[in-house]
Amino acid sequence: MTVIRTEELTRSFARKGTRRHPLARPEQLTAVDGLTLTVEAGESVGYIGANGAGKSTTIKMLVGILVPTSGTVRTCGLEPVRQRRTLAGRVGVVFGQRSALWWDLPLRDSFELLTAIHRIPAAEASARTADLVERLEMGPTLGTPVRQLSLGQRMRGEVAAALLHRPELVILDEPTIGLDVLSKQRLREFLIEQRLEHGTTLLLTTHDMGDVARLCSRVVLVDHGEMAYDGTLDGLAAQVGAERVLVVDLAEPHPDLTGLPGSRHLGSEGEGLRQRLAFDATATTAAALLAQVSARVAVVDLAIEEPDVEDVVRRVYLAQQRDG
Amino acid sequence: MASAPDPAGPRPTAWAAYRAVLGSRVRARASYRIPFITDSLGAGLVGIVEFVETFLVFSATGAIGGFDVHAILLVFALAEIGFCLGDLAFGHLDSLPEYLRAGTLDIFYLRPQPLLAQLVTSDISLRRLARAAVGVVILGVALWTNAIMWTIPRAAMLVLALVCSPLIYAALFVCAAGVQFFTVNAPEMPNAFTYGGRYAAVTPASVWPGPLRIFFGFVAPVAFTGYLPALVILDLPGVGVLAQPLAWGLPLAVVSVWGIALLLWRTGVRHYQGGGG
Repeated sequence: MTVIRTEELTRSFARKGTRRHPLARPEQLTAVDGLTLTVEAGESVGYIGANGAGKSTTIKMLVGILVPTSGTVRTCGLEPVRQRRTLAGRVGVVFGQRSALWWDLPLRDSFELLTAIHRIPAAEASARTADLVERLEMGPTLGTPVRQLSLGQRMRGEVAAALLHRPELVILDEPTIGLDVLSKQRLREFLIEQRLEHGTTLLLTTHDMGDVARLCSRVVLVDHGEMAYDGTLDGLAAQVGAERVLVVDLAEPHPDLTGLPGSRHLGSEGEGLRQRLAFDATATTAAALLAQVSARVAVVDLAIEEPDVEDVVRRVYLAQQRDG
Repeated sequence: MASAPDPAGPRPTAWAAYRAVLGSRVRARASYRIPFITDSLGAGLVGIVEFVETFLVFSATGAIGGFDVHAILLVFALAEIGFCLGDLAFGHLDSLPEYLRAGTLDIFYLRPQPLLAQLVTSDISLRRLARAAVGVVILGVALWTNAIMWTIPRAAMLVLALVCSPLIYAALFVCAAGVQFFTVNAPEMPNAFTYGGRYAAVTPASVWPGPLRIFFGFVAPVAFTGYLPALVILDLPGVGVLAQPLAWGLPLAVVSVWGIALLLWRTGVRHYQGGGG
């Protein structure tokens, strides 16, 4: 079943302050430009791009907030603007920047109101709420007014609010922005669980390649409103040659680890106690590189850094300019 | 996906959502008792000042267009009660520009209810009841001091006016909100419909210049909220196009102004640009 289908979807806005006289047409800014995209049920898609690439505008058209300038869009088989209310019962959306909760009410009350809004039968609602509260570890904060919650606590509340009515499509717009590592990790694990159990379709916009790597089987990259890539994350990395970085903490200071096959030494800190090595994931593996390092010196700790979304976008852009 | 009857129990009614949200708003307001009382006193005081202002102007000039001071009391009371009740239920629609700028309106789009119904029930200002109470007292005085020959049609007109006036002001608030989608940067402009309409309506139409009689009689029909019903109740002829028999067109005025209101609202919603980045 197809959950999202857009054809030549386009949206432009009037640019403010570009109207020369009251009757003149203002300049148009095309936020989404001829986007054709299909997402099947159960897929998990990372929708990425730089700021202003048209991600939020696309989402707003998918759920019926914005009317497309041209092209067609179907979400869960429905026409979003015309069938917005039916669609609202089948889609759950988290806008990282704006809250769906009642600011002055405890989380518990917000959940109760949303239960009434989605007309969920009482017994089902209490079971679902209890399940979400447990999995997102919200028990201790249920009675706290939303305005007093930390960002991480609030964001878990937002995710629970979007999932209360068991939507078949979940759209998350920058869900991990500003979260600490632990909160991010918890949220990701929860989303993975939900997908496994309910087969929920997931569309995620993010600046965090970690989100994409952990949560998404498919990446769609938009640039200036146009689709620049559609495929797997590995495929994207292969296309733009995005390197990963292995950071190793050594047992003792060591001279720079240069000359390891398939890797490039980026730098050292603390007289060589911590060293950073870039490697091409298609040419070698982190494990092979680690083995080579371990053969020279004892490693006490390690981390792998993912490329940043902005970095990936820049590389795709450069690669296309080279080709064109 | 909640579908098919299941052991979870019956599905709550569509009204339950509005009841729950509105109930939580009322409880939240009522829990701050002191601000609630001072706000109410303030709103009541505004009502009294507005009345004194109108009263002084007209008592100084004596009878105008067949309206003496007592008759003016009746016009004022009917229009004021209508405005206060319309404002009570729909007045917070004038915070729409804030929602538009902050982008919080997007959240309403994600819920399975009509946008307008959600916005209207998203808040309520009970303090506005205090001002309506001032109107009710003035209405009592007006009915007492005017020598009214009560007949069934006159009593019916009084009831009809009390029911329909709030509906007309409510529709004007919706009109103004629809226009707000286009004038986000001039949020005061659409207030001309609502507050401006009320300001005219509490005075007898005989003092309005000709074009305003057309405007407030047939476009933003606030003449139907005070002046026209008062003509029937007091058996006065009226002025120009705003003659006594026109008062019975009140239900029609309600229907037409709501038609315009919903059209403007729909146009506004379609125009929405998705605020706040």
